[in-house]
Amino acid sequence: MIKMFSLKQNCWFIRKVVIWRAVASIAWSVLLLPVTSAVFVLLSRFSLFHPIQWISECTSLLTASSTIFSLVVLCGVVLITGLFNLEFYTLVPSIPCSRMALLGTVLHPRQCVHSLVYCTMGMLVMWCASVTIGGRYSTLGIPCKQSESGEVVTCLNEYHLFLLLAGAFMGYSHSFLGVVKNMYYVSFQPIQQYKYPRFKGCLPMVVKCSVIQSLYSARNFAALYFFFGYVPKTWISSTLHLQIDSSLQPLDSLTGLLDFSLLYHLSISGTFLYFTWYLTVLLFRIYVTEAYSFPVQSTFTEDAEQCLPKVLAETNTLVMKFLALQDLALLSQHSLSRRLEVFSLSQPGGHPHNWNAISRECMSLLSELTQRLLAHQDAVASNGRVKSQSASIDTRSASSSSSVVSGTEDVSETPRLSVPLRTPGSVFTSSVGGMHSALTAPFTPDVDSPFSSPAIRRLVGQQEPRSPWFGTVQSPHIMRRGPKLWSASTESQSNGSPPASPATVPSPPAANQKPSFLAQWLQNRREQVKSFLAKRVLIVYLFNKLPEASSQALFADSQAHIWALQGLSHLVAASFSEDQFGVVQTTLPSILSCLVVLLEAVDRHFKLPHASSKPVRTVCSMGDSTYKTLRFALRAALKTAIYKITTTFGEHLNAVNISTEHRKRLQQFLEFKE
Amino acid sequence: MCSLGVFPAPVTAAQTLFERNNELLSALHPGEHSQACDLPSPQFTRDTLKGHSRPESSSRSVFLDQRDTLWMRSAGAWRDAGLYGLLDEITNSAEEVPRFLAVGSACVLALLRWASSFHGSLFPHLTLSSDEMVAEFSQMLDWSDSALRSFAWHPHTDKFAVALLDDSIKIYKSNSSPTPTLKHRCQRSVCALQWKPLCGSALAVACQSCLLIWHVDPASLSTRPSSGCAQVLSHPGHSPITSIAWSPTGSLLVSASPVDTSMMVWDVAAESAVPLQRVGGGGVTYLSWSPDGSRLLAATPSALFRVWETRMWTCERWPCLKGSCQSACWSPDGGCLLLSMQGERVIYALTFSDLTGGPKAASVVADLSETTFPGPDGDLTVGGEVCSLSWDPRGERLAVLLKGDSQADNHPSVIAVFKTRSSPVFELLPCGFVMGEAGAEPRFMQFHPHFQHGALLTVCWSDGRISHVPFYFSSAGLLGGDSPQQALASNTTNPSSNKLYTEQIS
Repeated sequence: MIKMFSLKQNCWFIRKVVIWRAVASIAWSVLLLPVTSAVFVLLSRFSLFHPIQWISECTSLLTASSTIFSLVVLCGVVLITGLFNLEFYTLVPSIPCSRMALLGTVLHPRQCVHSLVYCTMGMLVMWCASVTIGGRYSTLGIPCKQSESGEVVTCLNEYHLFLLLAGAFMGYSHSFLGVVKNMYYVSFQPIQQYKYPRFKGCLPMVVKCSVIQSLYSARNFAALYFFFGYVPKTWISSTLHLQIDSSLQPLDSLTGLLDFSLLYHLSISGTFLYFTWYLTVLLFRIYVTEAYSFPVQSTFTEDAEQCLPKVLAETNTLVMKFLALQDLALLSQHSLSRRLEVFSLSQPGGHPHNWNAISRECMSLLSELTQRLLAHQDAVASNGRVKSQSASIDTRSASSSSSVVSGTEDVSETPRLSVPLRTPGSVFTSSVGGMHSALTAPFTPDVDSPFSSPAIRRLVGQQEPRSPWFGTVQSPHIMRRGPKLWSASTESQSNGSPPASPATVPSPPAANQKPSFLAQWLQNRREQVKSFLAKRVLIVYLFNKLPEASSQALFADSQAHIWALQGLSHLVAASFSEDQFGVVQTTLPSILSCLVVLLEAVDRHFKLPHASSKPVRTVCSMGDSTYKTLRFALRAALKTAIYKITTTFGEHLNAVNISTEHRKRLQQFLEFKE
Repeated sequence: MCSLGVFPAPVTAAQTLFERNNELLSALHPGEHSQACDLPSPQFTRDTLKGHSRPESSSRSVFLDQRDTLWMRSAGAWRDAGLYGLLDEITNSAEEVPRFLAVGSACVLALLRWASSFHGSLFPHLTLSSDEMVAEFSQMLDWSDSALRSFAWHPHTDKFAVALLDDSIKIYKSNSSPTPTLKHRCQRSVCALQWKPLCGSALAVACQSCLLIWHVDPASLSTRPSSGCAQVLSHPGHSPITSIAWSPTGSLLVSASPVDTSMMVWDVAAESAVPLQRVGGGGVTYLSWSPDGSRLLAATPSALFRVWETRMWTCERWPCLKGSCQSACWSPDGGCLLLSMQGERVIYALTFSDLTGGPKAASVVADLSETTFPGPDGDLTVGGEVCSLSWDPRGERLAVLLKGDSQADNHPSVIAVFKTRSSPVFELLPCGFVMGEAGAEPRFMQFHPHFQHGALLTVCWSDGRISHVPFYFSSAGLLGGDSPQQALASNTTNPSSNKLYTEQIS
């Protein structure tokens, strides 16, 4: 638990900004708690026919000591929720590429602790709610008369138990949906707003979401209690030695559940519960995504690390990098004086350090995306599945894939290689070979990229990149192509055999070595198990790649690229009239070719199957689904960025030194034919 | 302040062709040929276009009447017409439902109607039907009767889109390439069109029920792009959409509906919207983004408009005295906003500057009350309410579409063109009236966004014709232009714009 809350305090930005923003958001959530509690009290005691009595009861209740105590408990709950938000929030969503990966995330120990804490908090809130509602809900034990002897004993109050269990259920479903719907993903709005108007604008949405979520949960919980309600009831009554009042209608029956007042109180309390949590999440999102203005340059050297050029180069603190890129995009559009600082020369020496650092950082970000896209295109075969690794030899790939599809066992007839064959069904292999790694590692390609936050890495618990994804991108093409994106880890490692370097994978010496009989037998077994599993519906269901998930995952952090594109293009366009020393001119060719290369990669990516299909729009949910459309936003931002530069420079672009193909592409933009 | 009285008398007999040497020339003048500008000027007649005569829900009358069960009918009513329909259905079938249910639903229905009529008395525009509302707030004069519904120039190339009565959109280019026709199931009652800036292909269409973003590939030769090329953006309660505005950087799109108090700021590629709500005014009817992107005008159906600044999205309220803001346009540098109000025959100006923090009051810059010019065939009355305003991208010509009186036969709608100058003080100077062929009245106008030799006004006429009126002048900022027209213009007049128009002031 202590390790969980070990905040990333190494960075000045976390210490000085993010922590205080989180504290402010939690403080506001606590301050808003009395208001929401008062509304809850009013609604829970509502009676249409006695309005005077209703109001007076509520005012006396609001000042009662039990309510004050409930408020203190609720404050604790809000505090813990806020801490969880701070610990779990992520700017890059984790996108599981198969249902198995999703399952792995849900069952991860860290997530289990999260669920447990939320269950407890849900019970606490529901306890407060039941005390506040009062009447038949207030305590767990009630005095009742036994039917035979007539003596008064303590009986179990099933209504109270029902609400407590509902709280635990809602807590768990909140935690579960938090993973499935990426509740902790924080997205940035396309426009800037002050915090209060933004809060006011989002409040109706939060109310609507909590009401809908509470109704769904109430329905699901009622169904669950109807079937399995007797289990906790008998357990509680036996451990606490409480009698069960047989004169009352049991709640796990149809007539017991069809109690309008009970269902009303359940959904009202559920709404209160969800609203408290959602409000905390909303305030946290608003505070964290607030724009932060970094100085472009500082007169004091000790502040140099807080300046924009230094901050942009930072890779460990993701939130700082995102806010710095956002600030860059904003200053490039709105602030003339800060743009002039970017274009300025250093005082002794006269070097354009600011512009060089900023443009270099943006371009490296963009070319990193280009490399990622190219690697993905290499890895994905034309049929949309992950190409087999050993199938750098294409014919073998075809034969082996057909063998799996047809289900025949002729795999064993193919020549042995020292590294086992990887077929399109290789996903199954890895799951059999190393079930634990497949369980915990989602096939998210960028989990191990330098851009993902340590929080996600911890969340998915990926100690070493062993998911099939990592194996498959290790085709020799990519190794030749240039910078290595993912650390090498081949399938053979998980089998205990020495790691084979990817370059030697298709090499013939492997065939010269006579494999031992045992190894061959094992190999045969493996193939049999694999093809056996491949035919099972459930396994296929769990391990099949979700369509467009890999595409979403590739662009999961593209908000950063969008800002880099906006910032770069607006700065270049502004330099046309504002750049006195011509510092931008020297980098203009490389910026243009970087953009065009990225455009080509993006264009090719959208030709892949599922890449251009639109995701289904979610109706109402607190989980943010903007990451699903980030690839479209990136494509639009990229084209707009190129148009911004070409329309500003016009015919002057012909004087820029770039290659002929790029010039041809830019000519298309000059003629508005894109 | 400029008034219509100092304008040169309109030439009623012939169509205005162009402006040269500081005067508007019409086809009457001997020896003047229509300057061949190679822009297409198509004509559409009402007869060839069949509009949607029937509303959506009346297809029921085509089918045989069949009694469904009450459940089926209630579900259908809920789906078609929401809560109102459901309550209405229950009340109408009183013999099939329990008595208390029928009475209850009748009471609730009466209560709802009373509440909505109360709401309607606060904001009278809410009682209009959707089509009437579009006709009321459209920039197109006489929208419901016109063969042309909307028009938009592409901001960077020589192509324009026209929305027609039959809910299709045609795209014309300057060369004789095919003209794509855009049709979509959701594309009904098009009220506004706008091309995305810094993009070659995207066209936003404000429809009755939703917002459509067409992606028309400029290189494609297809004449019927499929409806898969269109993105549908909708938000519950946000229809009909009467105005849209792209930000000049092309990254955001703002849409407005008179029934929705919030305007939507769309991130189009991500299909996400941020509602910006301000309750006062009861809706948003017209949007106009300043060319430098720093401010956005939002007019409401009440006597109130707002000017948003687009950095932190806060707004200033501007209550007006009489009517709502009908039309507005920004100067090219975004520093000056011209407005016209419903029921007033003047043009107001607001001058924004970053130093002083904005204007305190609007000033009247032009008086457009009725003026009668004697003509060869009777007097001609000109003047009235302003329907729309348009300022050319160089900031030298301002076109004003003046509503006529449809009852009187010598009081047509006309376009009055002013010359504008901004220094030393903002001033409007008369230029002339743009007249159409005999019997044709202007309905809509827009300046070409990047005409080389001055300004080019495109006018949609009531007979379905689209014509282009060039204004050849040498701009103050573009001395020594190499085009023949500019050379011609600078031969006769002093190129300095300050001296160019002094003789007109009298």
